[in-house]
Amino acid sequence: MPITNDMKTKNLTISMGPQHPATHGVLKVVLELDGESIVKCTPYVGYLHRGVEKLAESMTYLSALPLTDRLDYIASVCNNVGYCVAVERLFGIEVPERAKFIRTMTCEMARISSHILGVATHALDIGAMTVFLYSFRDRETLLDLFEMLCGARLTVSYPRIGGVRNDVTQEFLDKLYAFTDTFPATIEREYETLLNENRIWKQRTIGVGVITAEEAINWGMTGPNLRGSGVFYDIRKFAPYDAYDKVEFDVPLGKNGDVYDRYLCRMEEMKQSNRIIRQCIEQLPKGAIMAPDAPKFTLPPKDRVLADMESLIHQFVLITKGPIAAPEGELYASTEVPKGELGFYIISDGSGKPYRMRLRSPSFVHVSALPVLCRDAMVADFIANVGTIDIVLGECDR
Amino acid sequence: MSLNFDLIMPFIFILVKIAIVIGVTMLHVMYCTYFERKVIGHMQVRLGPMRVGPHGLLQPLADGLKLFFKEDIIPTESDKAVFKLAPIIFTFAAMSSLAVIPFYNGFVVANINIGLLYILAMSSLGAYGVVMAGWSSNSKFSFLGGLRSSAQVISYEVAMGMSLIGVMLLAGSLNLSEIVKAQQQHWYGMYLIPQCVGYFVFLTAAFAETNRTPFDLPEAESELVAGYFVEYSGFRFALYFVSEYIGMIVMSSMAVVCFWGGWTLPPFITNAIPALLLIPGLIIFLAKVYFHIFLFYWVRATVPRYRYDQLMALGWKVLLPLALINIVVTSIVKFLVA
Amino acid sequence: MEPKDIAEQIKEKFAGEVKEVSEFRGQVAVILKKDRIKEIMRFLHGTPELNFNYLVDLCGVDYWGKKEPRLEVVYHLYSIEHRHLIRLRAEVAEEDASIDSVVDIWAGANWHERECFDLFGITFKGHPDLRRVLMPEDWEGHPLRKDYPLRSDLGEREWPGFQEVVKLSEKNKAYEVR
Repeated sequence: MPITNDMKTKNLTISMGPQHPATHGVLKVVLELDGESIVKCTPYVGYLHRGVEKLAESMTYLSALPLTDRLDYIASVCNNVGYCVAVERLFGIEVPERAKFIRTMTCEMARISSHILGVATHALDIGAMTVFLYSFRDRETLLDLFEMLCGARLTVSYPRIGGVRNDVTQEFLDKLYAFTDTFPATIEREYETLLNENRIWKQRTIGVGVITAEEAINWGMTGPNLRGSGVFYDIRKFAPYDAYDKVEFDVPLGKNGDVYDRYLCRMEEMKQSNRIIRQCIEQLPKGAIMAPDAPKFTLPPKDRVLADMESLIHQFVLITKGPIAAPEGELYASTEVPKGELGFYIISDGSGKPYRMRLRSPSFVHVSALPVLCRDAMVADFIANVGTIDIVLGECDR
Repeated sequence: MSLNFDLIMPFIFILVKIAIVIGVTMLHVMYCTYFERKVIGHMQVRLGPMRVGPHGLLQPLADGLKLFFKEDIIPTESDKAVFKLAPIIFTFAAMSSLAVIPFYNGFVVANINIGLLYILAMSSLGAYGVVMAGWSSNSKFSFLGGLRSSAQVISYEVAMGMSLIGVMLLAGSLNLSEIVKAQQQHWYGMYLIPQCVGYFVFLTAAFAETNRTPFDLPEAESELVAGYFVEYSGFRFALYFVSEYIGMIVMSSMAVVCFWGGWTLPPFITNAIPALLLIPGLIIFLAKVYFHIFLFYWVRATVPRYRYDQLMALGWKVLLPLALINIVVTSIVKFLVA
Repeated sequence: MEPKDIAEQIKEKFAGEVKEVSEFRGQVAVILKKDRIKEIMRFLHGTPELNFNYLVDLCGVDYWGKKEPRLEVVYHLYSIEHRHLIRLRAEVAEEDASIDSVVDIWAGANWHERECFDLFGITFKGHPDLRRVLMPEDWEGHPLRKDYPLRSDLGEREWPGFQEVVKLSEKNKAYEVR
């Protein structure tokens, strides 16, 4: 048959998600394919938009705290701490030392739990199934520890404005310390032997999804994704909050900014987190877990409410009106969550509710940079890239 | 009357043989799925199926029943005739390969002279089932899966055929039973030793032919959800599922017959321990086959998946040259020795 | 460099643009007119001793009934090299809710601007792909504005979404297995 002029080839448009096993939640990406190579990649988000920013405007500072759990539900403590740090700085509350160390410790536990799951799902996307199940075993230990700490496993709401909800027990500390004894060896023996020198893993990750340092900064990438490109930027070092200026840890940096370097960064960060947890347990000071002026901002304990008139009034006012004596002003405070920089920009108009609470979520920025990572990529590389930016859509869509 | 009986008897005999082979293979397939889930489960610090029966032993039965009674969904926009035909072709190709495999001395459904070529032909025919499924489903994911699969099967078919030429040269026959017997002529008793390069190439190509990790791109669950059979459900899906396991058994049997001496043990072992000769050939054959099937599972639990271009590069730039070198070296050595 | 000095520099360079400089808990905010915003951004990004190479955040704020002009676009800029942060607040009037896009300076502004457009209805001139990002494409209104209704005045059953589901279930009754 002669080829006529009206015959032409067309690129294949394929819609990955919102229900797709590799998109880590409800991310939809429309790929334009020429055979196996990607011509264009357009991400669509918003399927999990709950309007956290709008909701917070009609909630008191206290009751907005559980909203932050649902952002990055893999590492909810980090979000809680980010929010608490922002509100504390806004109100000028000084947190007691013990609470600072406990927060740092729990944050790093959440970081390990998040990274381990991030690496594992990333590996599963590329086809290494065993790492995924190993990770669930280790994460289970951490979740059990969280349950022991505050009763919840995933959305913990453990930190409070001005401190933490309850003190840690010695049993908890012992168990956590025992976990940190074995964890780095587990990583080296089980995860790194399976992946680090695996030829197929290296072929699939080295030179894939490359982003240079300048580009990564320009796109606003943060966390391990930025550090994988060799940029030294870690808020724990740049603007220390809680007890991060009192513990020693290194910030691992990558060189080439490809998927493999980002993976190595995450692996090393887990070991550093382990180091931080050990130091926190060793240095944990005695003392209060709630700031002395925090009763203006947090609820009194239940037994006091039932017995004591003043506490009852206190509770009533806090629940109905929110914190009394909130200063007027605006403040941006950021913390280093496992995914990157989580920023809270809070505008207070002096009432008990935030006038505007803006969330700068790292996943949102990282999804927006996905088309850059997918330049000259194939379908399989796209999957590797979605895994490597380690997104949580709850945080991205807010 | 006796003449008729003489004519009919071989037919009945063959039918019984076929029934035995298919029945036994289906049972093996059932328990292959169980075996896979147990092996991978234990490798991944979990237990695998534990609920149905003691240690989950009845799980394959439950799965089969479930698939059998599931609703058969055919997409409205699909090409219905082709959609229904595809799994039949795939299953036919896989099952008919069983015909020429010698399970032990003399037990083979069709002892034909070109057994090796026949199996290669049948495994290429299976690619039609995949391509047709990918095309007729009228779904982009299955289409991509079908494309990938056809490219992969064709590329690796070449390497696989080439890797077997060394064995053909040494044995001087294409009949699988003859190949096994030829291996017994040597002290080493299995072509694995002179043909280790060919064995490596064959094994790699076998992984690709059966769409197993690390070459499971056509059904890469994280990219294409399930690849070419994503639109199939119920028993049509089960046909694909079963055929893949039959394919695995066929490929393992090929490896055992061509490289591991089939139902025999190498003479240097049996000379040392004569008691081993008492073990039935079928058991030796099955043990070797199950070792290979275990290898399939082991690899699946260990390595990630290749990318499309890397898969092609491995097939054409590494395996094919290796197989060709192997042919040249084998011919020269054979010429010099003879 | 101290944030105050940076604010001084902006004031010197763009005298007519700066409306006010405020400080709260060590963070300095510069309130600007929106007209020359891109020039100011270029200056902050391009000057080596400032080198604001990282756009931390870009968001909208609505001061409905509190001040005029009511809308604001807030930029948080950070320099990874010099480790200083500054907040710029560009005022945008409701009637002419538009401002120059900064996507060609910081690529990361792309989705932040889309979000700001989505939730506040501020148009960014020169943005390559200004679509809604979080809300559905056919959504009406801009939810983060303070005058956005929190409750519908319709009853629960008159809500179009509910009606749609009822209609669909009526239609699907034909396929019910009896």
